[in-house]
Amino acid sequence: MSGPTLTETPQQADRARTIYEKSVPGRRAAQLPPLGEGIEETPIEELIPANLLREKPAELPETSEPEIIRHYNRLSRRNFDLDTGFYPLGSCTMKYNPRLNERVAALPGHSKLHPATDPADAQGALQLMYLLQESLAEITGLPTVSLQPSAGSQGELAGLLLTRAYHADQGRNPTKVLTPDTAHGTNPASVTMAGYEVVKVATNEEGGVDVDDLRSKVDEDVACLMLTNPNTLGVFDENITEIAGLVHEAGGLLYYDGANLNAIMGQARPGDMGFDIVHVNLHKSFSQPHGGGGPGAGPIAVSGRVEPFIPRPQVIREEADGEVFYDLDYDRPKSIGRLRGFQGNFGVFVRSLAYILSLGGDGLAEASRLAVLNANYLKTRLSEGRAGKYLPVAFERHCMHEFVLSGAPMKKELGIKTLDLAKRLLDFGFHPPTVYFPLLVDEALMVEPVETEAKEHLDAFADAIEQILEEAESDPEIARNAPYTTPVRRLDEVGATRNPRIRQPQ
Amino acid sequence: MAEASYPEDLKYHPEHDWARIDGGEATLGITWYAQDSLGEVVFFEGPEIGSEVTKDQPYAEVESVKAVSDVVAPVSGEVIAVNDSLSDAPEAINADPYETGWLIKIRLSDPSEADSLMDAAAYAASLE
Amino acid sequence: MAGYTPATDPERAEMLARIGVDSIDDLFEQIPADIRLDRPLDLEDGMSESEVYRLLAGFADTNLDAERIPSFLGAGMYDHYVPAIVDAIVSRSEFLTPYTPYQPEVSQGGLQVMFEFQTAMSEITGLPVSNAGLYEGPSAAASAAYLAMGQTRRTGLVVSRGLHPHSRETLATHAVGFGATLVEVGMEGGLTSGEELEAAVTEETAAVFLQNPNFLGAVEDISALGEAVRAKGALLVVQVDPMTLGILRPPGECGADIAYGEGQPLGNRLDFGGPSFGFFCAKEEYIRKMPGRIAGETTDADGRRGFVLTLQTREQHIRREKATSNICTAQALNALAGMVHLAWLGKQGFVELGELMARRTAHARRLIGGLDGYELLHDAPVVREFAVRSERPVEEILPLGDEAHGPAPRLPVYPLGRDYPEYEDSFLVAVTENRSVDEIGWLAHMLEHGQAGWGEHIHDHDHEGNPVAGGVA
Repeated sequence: MSGPTLTETPQQADRARTIYEKSVPGRRAAQLPPLGEGIEETPIEELIPANLLREKPAELPETSEPEIIRHYNRLSRRNFDLDTGFYPLGSCTMKYNPRLNERVAALPGHSKLHPATDPADAQGALQLMYLLQESLAEITGLPTVSLQPSAGSQGELAGLLLTRAYHADQGRNPTKVLTPDTAHGTNPASVTMAGYEVVKVATNEEGGVDVDDLRSKVDEDVACLMLTNPNTLGVFDENITEIAGLVHEAGGLLYYDGANLNAIMGQARPGDMGFDIVHVNLHKSFSQPHGGGGPGAGPIAVSGRVEPFIPRPQVIREEADGEVFYDLDYDRPKSIGRLRGFQGNFGVFVRSLAYILSLGGDGLAEASRLAVLNANYLKTRLSEGRAGKYLPVAFERHCMHEFVLSGAPMKKELGIKTLDLAKRLLDFGFHPPTVYFPLLVDEALMVEPVETEAKEHLDAFADAIEQILEEAESDPEIARNAPYTTPVRRLDEVGATRNPRIRQPQ
Repeated sequence: MAEASYPEDLKYHPEHDWARIDGGEATLGITWYAQDSLGEVVFFEGPEIGSEVTKDQPYAEVESVKAVSDVVAPVSGEVIAVNDSLSDAPEAINADPYETGWLIKIRLSDPSEADSLMDAAAYAASLE
Repeated sequence: MAGYTPATDPERAEMLARIGVDSIDDLFEQIPADIRLDRPLDLEDGMSESEVYRLLAGFADTNLDAERIPSFLGAGMYDHYVPAIVDAIVSRSEFLTPYTPYQPEVSQGGLQVMFEFQTAMSEITGLPVSNAGLYEGPSAAASAAYLAMGQTRRTGLVVSRGLHPHSRETLATHAVGFGATLVEVGMEGGLTSGEELEAAVTEETAAVFLQNPNFLGAVEDISALGEAVRAKGALLVVQVDPMTLGILRPPGECGADIAYGEGQPLGNRLDFGGPSFGFFCAKEEYIRKMPGRIAGETTDADGRRGFVLTLQTREQHIRREKATSNICTAQALNALAGMVHLAWLGKQGFVELGELMARRTAHARRLIGGLDGYELLHDAPVVREFAVRSERPVEEILPLGDEAHGPAPRLPVYPLGRDYPEYEDSFLVAVTENRSVDEIGWLAHMLEHGQAGWGEHIHDHDHEGNPVAGGVA
């Protein structure tokens, strides 16, 4: 463990100390309520046999409450966050997180509602879930929505298990899943976990699926094709109807990865394109804060033929004698079962429904239109000047909500890599775009500016890139050694992996 | 090893693996080009002694911080030794890919397979 | 309409001119006309902030939450007191609004929290390796199965019937994809049957899943049960309730290879079931097979201490179809809440809370087990949850009142019938530090006398969560 260096102020050194290192024996924060009148302080060994009991306490910090809050406040200042600055992380849809949503999610009627509450005593919660199901069904153009999956990756796995159940119900057992070579890594990982074999489909010159390659790979052994549209290159696949037809004719299903739904809300719907299963990332298009890596939610929308297999329980609306009752339906004999506990990430549902209600149908459509406008504007700005020279767009056409640049000419001519540019952007107060993804593009930078960003931030970002490239023309070392202004500089990831130190030493 | 080098006494496989044939046995490893493309190696886990490796098939993986690469067997045989020092010092694969950075030794099951491999000149030319 | 979007009309015109198109519609021309949506979305018009608030607060008001009625519901999620500093810290923008820490130079706060969290979870489970969090409890069971199957190259999963029914069903769902087979081991006197377990474990068994305390609240002898597992070379996987580990022997000291669980009791709201976090700890030898994110300590270019995501080649974005898991979410914000709660409880408080729960639960168990018409389902030791058998059908004892004041609320205890047909006459009672002696007395009274006086402990609150006089009764 390295101690503070001489260049560090005592306060900086303090910030890198863990709560464990600040622990002082005997300090405490929690004051627990008294046991209560009439309850005896029975020795624990009389309640639970000694051999099942812990012999010594777990090493948790010993700290006062003021020290805890100061510790975590200081740590928070070592994070870059969306509320502070532009965060054009491609494929992540870093849009503003409305605080209204936090307020309604925190209401005790939502936040202190036990998940096993009898449906009769949770009508508001179930109605809220039902409304979200209906809203997502309309947005995706598919009739049925299950809110259960905890994240996009779990939604993918759910979709693939649905695919399996659908085929099995017809007495079939196809073994392959097609994914384009531009796919997110989660797609192939989910495919393996669902017991399928990944078959890659090539990308054509326009950035869409290579239909000839697809045709040569589609046969009766294909369970489904997983696609993002617009895809990870920010390109809308114009051949989608033909692609859907090819897969459906061979008996396969079409799976839509909703990571890029923010481009097309109210403009086009996966259901209308021929998709059977869609997962939606509520933490992307529907404004759930990302929380530094969760929570999110990954509801799935499905077509009629897949509906019998969706996870249980499902929220349903029943009407009898003019009385409406919302219930949890467990009686789904063909269901794939559960992917997790209880009903899903309800707190995320509250926020996303608040967002949908705030924007309304027109507002969602407008959000997508402005996301596409912002992306094309920033793409245009970055096709001018030095950026246009050193960072060409991977696919030369109008983009949807994001676009991909290649840093290959920059690397060749200026000797700085995409990683160096990304690190130098940190010194300018910007979070860098997604880098080195998609794998198809050499030295890729994937930029998603989202609709909630004002024009001046897009301009400032483009200006910063121009300045970094200009600076690199005269001195590439500046970018190569960046960043300089961040809480720490480039970190030794090799050392961290060779000798993993993943907890405080005992 | 900062500069590319491809020793004359080795046989090369197009997937960037080398074999040092010694009678009925061979020592296997990855080439300078392979370790350079991968970057700093952080982890290597070899196959079990006694297991079989098959020509053109992967038998192990080497990892850098952000990449995993299959290691392909240039020739077939039974594993008779694994370079244990790599578990503590995988950086030897970068620093010295042909000597201290060797991966495994095998007993050849079909010595004639070596005839299909490239010599140093042919391999170096294939990288052009 | 609140789109949270800044672009004015002149700005739009300027941007379009720069792009070189006449309208935003031109940018959508790549979407073929036959799949363009030619009508507005069939959703309500956008609403003002105050209207959305009123509507959703109205929904919230119809829910009988744990502030309106003393809740004895448990079954994996518990009404613990979450200290105020948790809310203060997790609502900070710097923790709330960043993405996963892909740029470590500007993510040291989040990464260090992960490191501290890993340390804390490692400590309480007694296992050396922890990840930075998974989605939640039951799906972590599926992750454990995937690891065990990869490790042992076997396909059998043996599951105690004392394992949470949601975990068992989640395992069954995933088993179809994993190509695994599931065998269930029955219960005897509230505990996993050792004999049945021994018979079920074979040379084909990849992992055995136990839960401690089990779903019926009983504390299992994990070490003893684990002997049969070790003998056959299978992995011993234990789902644990983190709040009980202040007093219970940690799974790492009972021979567990993997311990995982639902993190909600640590600093997280009930939230009608989520979001919360899952945790996943294992022996050192599984470090490169772990699912999910892991933070590690290192140094920067100037030699200063720092933290990074490490061992990333396990993960889907690098290893793709060969990844150890498809999970790319650590529930970082929920795990932070858990860490702050643990720091607040501290070394002593964590033990004291375990003792408090065990003593209050013992009191409640004695009281309710002694009521006319009720008996304990089992007399195995418990910490904060126990099972009770009723002479009357459970469905009859649940409704409180005669519906004169509208629909009658249900007594907040967990009926076992849906998950365990064999215990159709039984229910679970959970007692946290939030349940006072008075409230325990109220529950006993309700169980014994039914509706009389049922409204005594039911409260109303306004939209800000402040209690108001009166109440639904």
